[in-house]
Amino acid sequence: MAIRHYRSMAAAAVGFRLVLVLFGGDLHLASRPEVSTPLTSIRRLAEGYWLKQASMSPYSGSMYHGSPLVLSVLGSLTNQRSIGHRAHIYCSLIFVAVDFIAALFIRATGNRLQMARNRNLQSLELTESVSNSVNVSAGDIVSLIYLWNPWAIVTCVGSCTSPIENLMVVMMIYGACSRLAPLAAFGYVMATHLSLYPAILIVPIILLLGFGPDTPPTKVFRIKFSSASKSDISDNDKSINLRDVQQFSWKPVFYFILWLLFWSCYVLLSSSIILNKVGSLQEMTYGFILTVKDLSPNIGVLWYFFAEVFDFFRSFFLIVFNMNIIFMVLPLAIRLKHRPCFLAFVYTAIAAMLKSYPSVGDSALYLGLLGLFANELAEMKFTFLLFFGYIGVSLLSPVMHNLWIWRGSGNANFYFATGLAYTCLQTVLVVEC
Amino acid sequence: MAPPPPLSPPALRRLLILALTLLVTPVATAAAAEEEFTEELLLRPLPDRTALAHFHFSSSAPPSAAAGRHHHLFPKVIAQLVQQFHIRELELSFTQGRWNYEQWGGYDPMSTNYAKPPGVELWASFDLSLGEIDATWKNLTHTLSGLFCASINFLESSTAFSSPHWGFKLNKGNLRYGALPREAVCTENLTPWLKLLPCRDKAGIASLLYRPSIYKGYYHSQKLKLTSSQSFGIVLDQTLTVVLQPDSVMGKQLHSADGQLQPSWSMKDLFNRNLLGKCFVSKSSRVFFEIEKDIFDKVDKSGTEASWTNELFVLSPAPDRVLKEINNMNGQSSSLYEYDVSNYEDAHLDVGVTWKLPLIWSCTPAPYHANRFLMGSGNERGSISLSFISTNMHKQLFDSSNDCSIKAVVFQVVPWYVKVYYHTLEIFIDGNSKAISEVVDKINVTPSEDKLLPGTLEMLLRFPCSMQSATLSLDFDKGFLHIDEYPPDANQGFDIPSALVTFPEFNSSRNYLETDSLFVSPLLQTFKEDGAVKSYTEVLLVPLTTPDFSMPYNVITFTCTVLALYFGSLLNALRRRTGEEERELKKAAAKRRLIPLLISKIRGKAEPPPPGSSPASVLPSKLLLKVVFVAVVAVVFHYLSNS
Repeated sequence: MAIRHYRSMAAAAVGFRLVLVLFGGDLHLASRPEVSTPLTSIRRLAEGYWLKQASMSPYSGSMYHGSPLVLSVLGSLTNQRSIGHRAHIYCSLIFVAVDFIAALFIRATGNRLQMARNRNLQSLELTESVSNSVNVSAGDIVSLIYLWNPWAIVTCVGSCTSPIENLMVVMMIYGACSRLAPLAAFGYVMATHLSLYPAILIVPIILLLGFGPDTPPTKVFRIKFSSASKSDISDNDKSINLRDVQQFSWKPVFYFILWLLFWSCYVLLSSSIILNKVGSLQEMTYGFILTVKDLSPNIGVLWYFFAEVFDFFRSFFLIVFNMNIIFMVLPLAIRLKHRPCFLAFVYTAIAAMLKSYPSVGDSALYLGLLGLFANELAEMKFTFLLFFGYIGVSLLSPVMHNLWIWRGSGNANFYFATGLAYTCLQTVLVVEC
Repeated sequence: MAPPPPLSPPALRRLLILALTLLVTPVATAAAAEEEFTEELLLRPLPDRTALAHFHFSSSAPPSAAAGRHHHLFPKVIAQLVQQFHIRELELSFTQGRWNYEQWGGYDPMSTNYAKPPGVELWASFDLSLGEIDATWKNLTHTLSGLFCASINFLESSTAFSSPHWGFKLNKGNLRYGALPREAVCTENLTPWLKLLPCRDKAGIASLLYRPSIYKGYYHSQKLKLTSSQSFGIVLDQTLTVVLQPDSVMGKQLHSADGQLQPSWSMKDLFNRNLLGKCFVSKSSRVFFEIEKDIFDKVDKSGTEASWTNELFVLSPAPDRVLKEINNMNGQSSSLYEYDVSNYEDAHLDVGVTWKLPLIWSCTPAPYHANRFLMGSGNERGSISLSFISTNMHKQLFDSSNDCSIKAVVFQVVPWYVKVYYHTLEIFIDGNSKAISEVVDKINVTPSEDKLLPGTLEMLLRFPCSMQSATLSLDFDKGFLHIDEYPPDANQGFDIPSALVTFPEFNSSRNYLETDSLFVSPLLQTFKEDGAVKSYTEVLLVPLTTPDFSMPYNVITFTCTVLALYFGSLLNALRRRTGEEERELKKAAAKRRLIPLLISKIRGKAEPPPPGSSPASVLPSKLLLKVVFVAVVAVVFHYLSNS
């Protein structure tokens, strides 16, 4: 149904972005706290590039905290001031392209998942449910969701570097789904290098590479076969069949680890060459992410928490909040090991919720991935609440921010309240999934 | 019984002098190795009906090896300070009010050396290795803070001071600079400063420092400058520069053409005090009255000879000497009229000026008036703008050929919570945007580090001579602080210290034709020093966003609740679904349960005992094993803890 118009819809999304970038005037999206964080802001990138050009460490000055690779790629584009256009227009154009590529990857992932699902259903002899499923081209719909997501558009037009991070995550998932170890490893290394939190995605990636895309839980097969065994299949045959379904192949995983080592060596070497021994990379990027040094407001809750918390509790809460993400890795992995793609989605959502500098770009990614599981999540509860909650928060948050920062008539607490509501919504979403 | 007749004051003085001379004579044989103290006062009428008074007290001590640790005149505290912290140079100024560069001049030694930014400014260069300097600076700030009853110790934190390389003063990295723009300056800072003088404010020129009259002025800057070297010893210059409104009777005022009043005044009007002789230990005690060049130009036009009494004004006691400025420019030059206080032992010296005709004149301005202001609204971002407006003064100096240019050095320190984007530097000359490389010859940026280091900007600019105005702008983001980092009155805003603009090609030094070759006045010596024209810009007040200060408990509880909600409900969801599915599984495949399997694995794959056999035979042996194990552990623990 949506296949026929897919191309035109995707082109329209890209065209809409281009229109906004070229003719949107100065929307000041690049300095919106919802859009750009200290990690992804393009102005900070430009400052880092300027410092580097002035033969200083780009990390001196607590301005830039991103990757040296991004700096070397985008840096030279930031200082080209074209007359008649707003600053950083070339970067915005690149981000439009990056978003489009990410959408293509999501589409391919969706198609693969769809195929795997259909195969599984067929092997479970549930052919009628295959034919019944309305959503034939999940990939198309998912990529359209990603392309037309207003937050993704805002992030792209606001030209912060989170589209690149999203692309890397999507690339990693696609690589793992189609068992392309080099691509998956590249995506993983880059995503981790850029924003650290995708590091927890190694669990779903290995599961994906080992088991292949999502399958129904082995128990279902067991039930299936145990019910079948009543008739004629012998015990030996049954175990063979089971192994067929859930065999864990070590070969792609081994390749993945080899490629992982290769890419990480590559990234570390190239960044050390770019930095030329002028800055300590780990301390300035990962340290900055983990210790929540910048207290400027964003849509999360941690900034206000660390602005208000007593100093002697600070390290304790830093540990607690960072551990909170890791705590959930193992239980979720055990619980969802038969559906690694879905596991990756849940991890992404949790990271987007609990990360130290969240932005709507992260939400755009996991909402896009959410579409991949539209079939499974059809009977989700609270969809009304969630949908309007997201709309409400994204409308109220700028208003509260404006009242607090620009008019001076509001108070930090109002803005913090929208952040709280947003976190609650994400919690509900994750839990309901 | 009648008490012994008290010595009359003059007799006492004579005795004192005798004692002093007796004391000093053995030392005086080694000519240079003598501590000296001089006191001087410079008065100057200003064009805006005010008067400038500049007190200059200079003490010097010979190199410490010669005198040991004893000091006759030199304050011991300062000598110890210099020794302790290995100070080469130090300058500390307390200022209230802002020097008005437009009215009071910007091109003379006074504005260059004694116009200081509001609040406290401290810089020091040390004779130490680079590694030790920061620690020494911290100790120095604490010492000075105690000495002068001021919160100079706030300069201790590394976010408060910087080490400029060439923008402030050329140095080899051993200079530290810090400023506290908000420091309130009052008499509690003046009293310790006066304590360093040998006569305090009891005698000599310092006795004019009547607090109510000097603190009601427009500008008040009290400065302490230390120079120490191996060959000359320590020189301490204490100066106090005040701009006062003469407290004169209405009848003495003359109406000038535009209705302005040019008051005639004398020292009594300015300070409400009389000058009663000199401080006896001072080597010289003099009062200077300075008349600006522009006034003499006017006098010239009126056709009379430029002297202390002419058609326009008259100085009230006849001066003892006249010092003419030597300058190579044609036209008139400024003059200093000198009064020696020791000549007025019995009569009060009350130097004053009486205007005979209304007069409008102006002081020589700096080549550019530098102003700094903030742009933008809201508490998220803004930009700092530095504007230069030409005074057309240099047109007289340089022939306005096309390729000439004027250098200006900008030095600016920005606290870390004002996050300046240096790549956004924009320069407009006469309203047209210019490329950075066209104007900026040299730039040195030390970017600020969060909670660690202030940002320092040093820039060497080159403006074309024909330029009328220039504007530099830099964007910044306002930082967000932890609630503990806000000062008590957080909503008042934060101060960005003054920027310093130096014009290295313009020299403000003044040489005077001195008749007395035996004695060199320290005041005139500082006037003679080679000094580039400097001007400080305004202090900027940046309002920062504040969080709600009453909220910490609420925020902690709310955030933790949300996170607990997330954690608890997610775990619950996982557990609930597992439970549900296991129940379903139980129904379907009751044989394959996880727990029995696990138990069987733990039992070492031993065939479960047939229900018929007695379990009693197995159990005691296991029990026995456990008991033995516990006993062994206990023995080992006991043994280890004892040994």
